[in-house]
Amino acid sequence: MNILVLLKQTFDTEEKIVLKDGQIQEDGVKFVINPYDEYAVEEAVRLKEKFGGEVTTVTVGPARSESAIRTALAMGADKAILVEYEGEADECVIAKLIAAAVKDQTFDVVLGGNMAVDSGAGQVAVRVAEIMGIPNVSAITKLEIGGDTAMVERDAEGDAEVIEVRLPFLATAQQGLNEPRYPSLPGIMKAKKKPLAIVKPEDLGLAEEELKPKTRVCGLSLPPKKQGAAKILTGDLADQAKQLVELLRHEAKVV
Amino acid sequence: MARNVLVFAEIRGGHLRNVTLEALAAARKIAEGGEVAAAVFGAKATEHLGVLARHGADRVYVVNGDLEPYRTECYTQAARQVIEQARPDVILMGHTGIGKDLAPRLAARLDMGLVSDVTDVAVEGGEVIFTRPIYAGKAFQRRKFAGGPIFATIRPNNIPMNEPDPAKKAARIDVSAEIKDLGTVVREVVRKTAGGVDLTEARIVVSGGRGVKSADGFKPLRELAEVLGAAVGASRGACDAGYCDYAMQIGQTGKVVTPDLYIACGISGAIQHVAGMSNSKVIVAINKDPEAPIFSIADYGIVGDLFEVVPLLTEEFRKALAESQ
Repeated sequence: MNILVLLKQTFDTEEKIVLKDGQIQEDGVKFVINPYDEYAVEEAVRLKEKFGGEVTTVTVGPARSESAIRTALAMGADKAILVEYEGEADECVIAKLIAAAVKDQTFDVVLGGNMAVDSGAGQVAVRVAEIMGIPNVSAITKLEIGGDTAMVERDAEGDAEVIEVRLPFLATAQQGLNEPRYPSLPGIMKAKKKPLAIVKPEDLGLAEEELKPKTRVCGLSLPPKKQGAAKILTGDLADQAKQLVELLRHEAKVV
Repeated sequence: MARNVLVFAEIRGGHLRNVTLEALAAARKIAEGGEVAAAVFGAKATEHLGVLARHGADRVYVVNGDLEPYRTECYTQAARQVIEQARPDVILMGHTGIGKDLAPRLAARLDMGLVSDVTDVAVEGGEVIFTRPIYAGKAFQRRKFAGGPIFATIRPNNIPMNEPDPAKKAARIDVSAEIKDLGTVVREVVRKTAGGVDLTEARIVVSGGRGVKSADGFKPLRELAEVLGAAVGASRGACDAGYCDYAMQIGQTGKVVTPDLYIACGISGAIQHVAGMSNSKVIVAINKDPEAPIFSIADYGIVGDLFEVVPLLTEEFRKALAESQ
């Protein structure tokens, strides 16, 4: 079974965001595999362990992405492609780059994360499915493959939908799909020698027009700071509960 | 500049979702005198024509065809047919379970840009500017289109809906969508949220962390939520500990919520959780530990055991709400 995983490197979710000169600072930031993509890597490696075959990862991003890619290889992926891209791309361009980078290969299953925890858009994987001409199932929490069909459970705003889909298809991982493994020490050693192909966007045969973003970022800001600390209530708990209900109804006016 | 805007409406559980009306308000703003159309899918669509009109739709496309239940491909095909007929300059839909899945697929099919999860819309110097959270709300990004048609999904509960205009009517246009080659079949839908309020659209969220100590520990939170008509959420700590389903998780991984009132019970306030709720309008923290970081972002705090405090609160709200009726 040939499996492709779409992989992005992101800030660790415990990192704070600091803006300097209108840009997000990366100095000293801990980078990780996008947590949702990590579920996708884990699921891909499990499929490989069950059915045999090969797991390829593909990333569009700056050179620093290699550390996340090596982690995926250490978890059990076999090879990787990095489309090195430093400039400002939108989801439309990124999806085209990914599809172009793997266009000569065929896959039975394509997996990605439900969204990236940095951009939070959740567009790229679904766009890739459309460009590849295969169905997509979003936010899956369970995947079982039998023959040329898969039974997939997806999170539909809290409800669970059971969907049957023919191979090949693309699915995006939701929390609860699996428990990603920690790379083993031999896994980490082996990962260093696994093939990583680094390609340039202009070498992928896309027309110049296709590499032009359709949307642009025109400003970044931090959310407004809360005014001061919480009003900590005092008195016995029953009295505090009474005060709080009063405050929420008549001061904050939210109930 | 007048723009024609098309809003894809969404019905869930027989009701038109609030985010559809919020998207209509955004549409009226962006239209700058242009026409606002809504498209509504399925057999039950007709019941909602009046509401769509009163909230700003000038015309409503009623789309019929094999559209139940939601499947990506059938909605993509139907939406495309509506777009070909309506030829809008701007397309909007809710950033809901359906919107998140449909919008990127449709955008790719039409080779369009898409700005997802928008929390504010402005027209500045003739340009439409969208504001959206990044890093789950730790920062905000402004995005605009480089040209060509505009397409965005609107996060529920952020853009205020317009006051309905009781006199307003909309023209109805019927569309029969031709659907083929679906590729997926929905075998079963397991309702886990029966009777519950949807987390991302809820006006009030009651949320539990590791402090709830067990699956049963959510019971007092559910009782409070019931009195308030609130949704129940959880921190990653509570989900990882197995106290509740991951569908309830609020945070940078999980759902991002922006209710009017967020009541955090037994939640310490890890950065990744705070990212998912810090843009709530009013935050209440209930925690035994007076040093818990959640108090630094809360508006009101009670230092105490949630198992004592929450039932007291439930009782007080029950009394207060009964008196005001």
